[in-house]
Amino acid sequence: MAMNKVITGAHYGLKDWLAQRVTAVIMALFTLVFLVIYLMSGKLDYGTWANIFAPTWMKVLTVMAFLSLGYHAWIGLRDIYMDYIKPASIRLFLEVATILALVGYGIWAVAILWRV
Amino acid sequence: MPQLTGKKRPQFTNIHVAQIIGYRLPLAGIVSILHRISGALLFLIGLPFLLYLFDNSLSSEMSYETYRGVVSHWFAKLVLLVLVWGYLHHFCAGVRYLLLDLHIGLEKQQSHNSAVSVMVVALALTFLIGLKIFGVF
Repeated sequence: MAMNKVITGAHYGLKDWLAQRVTAVIMALFTLVFLVIYLMSGKLDYGTWANIFAPTWMKVLTVMAFLSLGYHAWIGLRDIYMDYIKPASIRLFLEVATILALVGYGIWAVAILWRV
Repeated sequence: MPQLTGKKRPQFTNIHVAQIIGYRLPLAGIVSILHRISGALLFLIGLPFLLYLFDNSLSSEMSYETYRGVVSHWFAKLVLLVLVWGYLHHFCAGVRYLLLDLHIGLEKQQSHNSAVSVMVVALALTFLIGLKIFGVF
């Protein structure tokens, strides 16, 4: 039986399911690493806060967590749209808006980090 | 013996929005829908608001003071509290799903217990962090 595929549907496969879990683990690990660094950095002021994100490895880790967040959020939001938004036109609009927002947030995050 | 005949129990095959109030969701179901709601909240409010704060907190000492000013407002604190709960719930429920994916805790009672744990841990930590945010300690 042929599947009734829609242009705004999922890719009907394992990839996104797996990616959502892998990105979740990356973000969870980053959360724990960040918490340890944050709790060890002593009294919080601009200097100590900026120092946390000064090393290149911390910038790279943070960007990786952000990339994971973007992919993870995309899969989750697309699932929500597929469940509740039935007209293909509105769904496509929301999906495009979501991708643009997530890419924009990602670029913003990189810009913030590399100013430190 | 309890009388079972004559009492018609409601049946739901495809839940309509208007039926949500009368639909008794098991706790695991509540954890599940809250997982979705918290995820949507984190995207809609969390990402733009936290990036805005992140930007101000890191750009310069002057913008750091702007950031301090914004987060000292009671409404910003309230938004942060909601986001803290959203993050914690999404995190805890997510760990539960990862364990379920690994076939850990699939039994009915275990799965109910882990759902209880998710709710309790997320709410308790939110309460503690809330005390911190609102300057109780």
